[in-house]
Amino acid sequence: MNYLDFEKPIADLEKKIEELSNIDIPENDALAPEIKRLQQKVDDLRVSIFKNLTSWQRVQLARHPDRPYTLDYIYKMCENFVELHGDRKFGDDNAMVGGFATIDGQSVMVIGQQKGRDTASRKYRNFGMANPEGYRKALRLMKLAEKFDIPVITLIDTPGAFPGLEAEARGQAEAIAVNLREMAVLRVPIITIIIGEGASGGALGIGMGDRVYMLENTWYSVIAPESCSSILWKTWDYKEQAAEALKLTANHLLEMKIIDGIIKEPLGGAHRNYEEIAANVKTQILSTMKELKKLSKDKLVDGRINKYSSMGVWETLK
Amino acid sequence: MSWFKRTDSNIQTETPKEMPEGVWIMVPTTGETVHRRELEDNYWVCPASGYHFPVGSKEYFSYLFDEGSYTEFANDIIAADPLEFTDRKKYSKRLEDTRAKTGMNDAAKAAVGTLKKLDVVIACMDFRFIGGSMGSVVGEVLSQAIDMSLKKKIPLIIISQSGGARMMESVLSLMQMAKTSAKLAKLSEAGVPYISVMTNPTTGGVTASFAMLGDFNIGEPNALIGFAGPRVIRQTIGRDLPDGFQTSEYLLEHGFLDFIVSRPNMKNKIGRLLKVVSKSYEK
Repeated sequence: MNYLDFEKPIADLEKKIEELSNIDIPENDALAPEIKRLQQKVDDLRVSIFKNLTSWQRVQLARHPDRPYTLDYIYKMCENFVELHGDRKFGDDNAMVGGFATIDGQSVMVIGQQKGRDTASRKYRNFGMANPEGYRKALRLMKLAEKFDIPVITLIDTPGAFPGLEAEARGQAEAIAVNLREMAVLRVPIITIIIGEGASGGALGIGMGDRVYMLENTWYSVIAPESCSSILWKTWDYKEQAAEALKLTANHLLEMKIIDGIIKEPLGGAHRNYEEIAANVKTQILSTMKELKKLSKDKLVDGRINKYSSMGVWETLK
Repeated sequence: MSWFKRTDSNIQTETPKEMPEGVWIMVPTTGETVHRRELEDNYWVCPASGYHFPVGSKEYFSYLFDEGSYTEFANDIIAADPLEFTDRKKYSKRLEDTRAKTGMNDAAKAAVGTLKKLDVVIACMDFRFIGGSMGSVVGEVLSQAIDMSLKKKIPLIIISQSGGARMMESVLSLMQMAKTSAKLAKLSEAGVPYISVMTNPTTGGVTASFAMLGDFNIGEPNALIGFAGPRVIRQTIGRDLPDGFQTSEYLLEHGFLDFIVSRPNMKNKIGRLLKVVSKSYEK
């Protein structure tokens, strides 16, 4: 188990409990009350730490190396997943995965950025940073879903679209822009869930859902806090302040009416219980699909265009 | 021996992005000086080298609209500071200072008028207002421009110059990409032409939304156009960028622009294009 810096008191106590549990003495039972006491203490501690997380701590949790990724959710929530590859133009992008599956017996198209868990797979998945072909593959799959009248579910977890030389040569900006325009008028329901990091255009490029939900410990912003710090404070050191200033947590976004709801995570973060978080996400998807399937296609598309057309806050001069 | 000697020959030096001041003006690419009046008479393009100085919405409106033909609209909205954002300076103060300095409400203006006697809507960004960054006001001005174009069924021209989304409005800025693109989807379905003109610089969330969605994507010569900025890409890949990377010419070569047009020829070329296209959409 990987612990974050602010979880150190929890880590220390859990280590102590483990040590006590491993002591092999005849009168082991004598330690039981102590272990029980410490366990209670660790539970209380976790509740109090996780009750008051700062924005930066949520960013850390969203990036936790043990956190479930897109394919983890797909395998836990869906049956019959058939992964599909390639943008039919240039190549296949391993940072963007997708395919048809069923969820509770209903056909869906699931698409999301995929991160790796060890050095080799992180490189293979390009740290969840898609190239233009990733966005074009995502759009191809969405159009397939539209053709067969199947709802689209997008799972967002990316530190950003890849800022590389070849990505520019192949039109990263154009790929994302076209996705935004085409998603606006896609004639099937789109449900978007931010499961980890939601960094800027790279996230929005698959994120124009009819309904958008965020997991409790995720972030969604126009820029990552470190990059914001480097540009506005001219140093990387103000990431905590930048994270607060950007108002990038699920609570902030719900307050600003950018998202439609927050999906609760197990205590300690999504990585503490894959089954539980996948079940919570699945419940949300199923109830939202039921709601969106009632709408006619025209109503659905009009609703989506209106939703995004009304975003922004400004003042009118007298 | 110098430790900090520049050994790489192809480091791109930033070109100025705001209009210069003074009577004698130096051309940054050649080092020559040109008289201000000579530049003003030539659309702020150096007659000798073809270097395009940055200009703002006021100049573009006067270059493209027929004289006295245009009326501004969507000019009554200003930025709020919904996040109460503060970095080293308060966003509200930054807005106040920039408004005072530039005399502008925000980084985009919209107007309706005629171009070569054809009715058009033109929206234009201004780099000198917080780097031409797109926040809620820019998104709303462009949206109203798209609505006007849709309502009157007349072509839309958007001239971009922007560093991207405005950080101080965080996710609200990001949503302006969604907003403008959704509106453009409607315009596209209605069959109304949209011309996107990209000038130096057009990067980030602006490029990754409305700027790349033109029926016709046009660049000014040698403009920087891209998604990620050159500095970020250099950091990511750990090597220098090739000469001419992310210029209009590079984008044309890679298939992302229809053509490049110099500022003095822009009105003629757009006028000709719209005259041909309008045959197919005007009843």
